[in-house]
Amino acid sequence: MENFTPVSAALGGALIGLSVLVLWLGNGRIAGISGALGGLIRPQAGEVAWRVAFLAGLIGAPLGYTLLWGAPEISIRSTYPTLVVAGLLVGFGSRLGSGCTSGHGVAGIARLSRRSITATGLFMLAAAVTVFIARHVVGA
Amino acid sequence: MGRILVSLASGLIFGLGLVVSQMINPQKVLAFLDIAGNWDPSLAFVMGAAIPVAALGFALARRRRAPLCAASFSGPTKTAVDSRLVVGSLIFGTGWGLAGFCPGPVLAASLLAGAPALVFLAAMLVGMGAFTLADRRLAVRTKAA
Repeated sequence: MENFTPVSAALGGALIGLSVLVLWLGNGRIAGISGALGGLIRPQAGEVAWRVAFLAGLIGAPLGYTLLWGAPEISIRSTYPTLVVAGLLVGFGSRLGSGCTSGHGVAGIARLSRRSITATGLFMLAAAVTVFIARHVVGA
Repeated sequence: MGRILVSLASGLIFGLGLVVSQMINPQKVLAFLDIAGNWDPSLAFVMGAAIPVAALGFALARRRRAPLCAASFSGPTKTAVDSRLVVGSLIFGTGWGLAGFCPGPVLAASLLAGAPALVFLAAMLVGMGAFTLADRRLAVRTKAA
């Protein structure tokens, strides 16, 4: 528990919630990353510019943060084959399930959507089981 | 123009939130998911803070006919839990647990974390593209039947 950081986690979480609030009140769109990105693969008229602007902000903010305050720690210890398999599963699964941690886990739960509450429970469970197997069964 | 600025601002705030909360770091995410190990519950506080702020936004929106800069609210319309939701969420969660990256953090990390983040991002886009292709084929077959 030495790495427990509840204050910065809650502050960052409040910012993520604020992002959802701003996009919904301002633009009437859900700040779900897999949906915003996936919607660009088969683009529809009038639905491209806001997605590009939203994703540009998402990618640009950490860069701006790095220039102002220094680089955040980003530690990736997975092998390349694992990254490829994980990326394929995340991309396919988030589109099939209509959302990921942001669209279901934050926005959907905030809307009290039964679908999102179910999805979040299931992907949390699958992720925890995967980590358990990788770290304590295979990696033990 | 307003729509674009609102979207950009929302994306910037989201990206900053991922950095401040450390969700941008896959090892931090995996430490949260590793309940049987040296469990770091921090990321529960991310959701715990994000959800009420987002809920405030949805509550405020209920008093309005339309958003500030767009013609209408355009949210999800499905309400039933179906097999796509269940299977998709299980597949997504498995991938999330394998590497500790989900779509937001990997995009946020894409310019800062070098080749490993870009490889995950490329694979994720292929996965999304594969879904779009499969979905289109399924739609065509359903229409033909």
